[in-house]
Amino acid sequence: MVISNKTIAAIGTDAVSEAMRQINPDVVAAYPITPQTAIVETFSQMVADGLVKTHFVAVESEHSAMSAAIGAASSGARVMTCTSSQGLAYMWELLYIASGLRLPIVMPNVNRSLSAPINIHCDHGDSMGARDTGWIQLFSENGQEAYDNTIQAARIAEHPDILLPAMVLMDGFIISHSIDRVDILEDEVVSKFVGEYKPAFSLLDAENPVSIGTFDGLYGYFFEFKRQQEEAMVNAFKVIKDVGKEFGEISGRPYDLFETVGMEDAEYAIIVLGSACGTVRHQVEEMRSRGIKIGMIKLRVFRPFPAKELAEVLSGLKAVAVFDRSDTFAGHLGGPVFLEVRSSLYDLPKRPLIVNYVYGLGGRDLSIELIDKAVGELAEIASSGQVKQLVNYLGLRE
Amino acid sequence: MTWEIKDIQKWDWKKHPAGAVIKDPGNSCQFKTGGWRTFRPIRDDKICNQCLICYVFCPDSAIIVKDEKVVGVDYNFCKGCGICAAECPVDAIEMVDESKAKKKQVE
Repeated sequence: MVISNKTIAAIGTDAVSEAMRQINPDVVAAYPITPQTAIVETFSQMVADGLVKTHFVAVESEHSAMSAAIGAASSGARVMTCTSSQGLAYMWELLYIASGLRLPIVMPNVNRSLSAPINIHCDHGDSMGARDTGWIQLFSENGQEAYDNTIQAARIAEHPDILLPAMVLMDGFIISHSIDRVDILEDEVVSKFVGEYKPAFSLLDAENPVSIGTFDGLYGYFFEFKRQQEEAMVNAFKVIKDVGKEFGEISGRPYDLFETVGMEDAEYAIIVLGSACGTVRHQVEEMRSRGIKIGMIKLRVFRPFPAKELAEVLSGLKAVAVFDRSDTFAGHLGGPVFLEVRSSLYDLPKRPLIVNYVYGLGGRDLSIELIDKAVGELAEIASSGQVKQLVNYLGLRE
Repeated sequence: MTWEIKDIQKWDWKKHPAGAVIKDPGNSCQFKTGGWRTFRPIRDDKICNQCLICYVFCPDSAIIVKDEKVVGVDYNFCKGCGICAAECPVDAIEMVDESKAKKKQVE
């Protein structure tokens, strides 16, 4: 087929609003919070201007936003919402209800640090805290990926083998408020790609009445339902790959669980997600042009976590540095990405050495100099065979 | 559609409908809850004046009525709340310790 994209200059939030307009969800219930506000603002304007048929519910909080989203999705609607930081935290109990009821709600979350102290800038503490809520989590490197991931998320979440809610993650301000080149698909192409949503059940279907949100606290099958959720996550690996491939066919931009740079001959590598990937890639490519055998893995899918595939790619390496834009406060255990990667490597007969760099908390910049510093230490680890400091804070004043 | 759940306690985790959605409304009558009871209402037919107040007040519809007369209590669903005994204007219902009532039943 002929791929047709319209190139525009857009800030990340506008790219996401455009994706939402093209998906044309039945219901959007959302509450504004910095730095996600521009999504709600732009999208509600689109609704007011008649550019999209969505029923927009202006709720009074994020707790209400997710509650309304759950109600609408239970009624068989295709539903979206979006949030950031404290808003995501305020949705907490509902996040588990959305996944437990197997409602394929799609939610862009513009990553912002959690208070205190109050900080509006980017880190991944908000969505990393939600990593065990049973939501699919797709990270974006730039506005383009935020747009592309939003469209794919609808397909992934609604797949009959999955039926789980999905978060599309994009770094606050760095992506959300930076103007970037974004290739936009035609409305009909997106509309055809996401297709018509056929809900598994609907509270409004009077011919086939259902009870949802049932009590399961006595003899109980709670355990069985949780196992099913885990199975849906296992199924998600294949669906995310398939959808990413199919998306490539309509857009020229295929997607996988993660992307690699120079891994074919790399001796050591950096694993990173989000907007920092651009800076890291730039530096990795520059170093490779000077003959340094470094590679990079850009993690796109954090939930489900592609442990097996990552272990395969990392198996031949001497050393790996994992970059984390949040911490687990577990006593120098490392950031969440580090924990998952480290665990993924455990069963390898010969494990690479591994080191963690926590960076960018509260929006602190990850400069090229900081990447150079980390790579210098990584090279030292690879040659000496020793990790002096397991968890390091990159860019911390010390 | 009738959802056959007789052997639900033996079901494999895969068999349950995703999201715990029940596609057979009203099937709670198959789920017997009388085991929650610690006190059992025993009705004395000789004292009962058939006013049906217990039937009106029972929150679990566990008072069995036939031909406009109370004939007994459905112990599969009665949870022993004692509302029937409290509301009975002629004190025809006595709340008896469930374990003693059970013992007596066996004897």
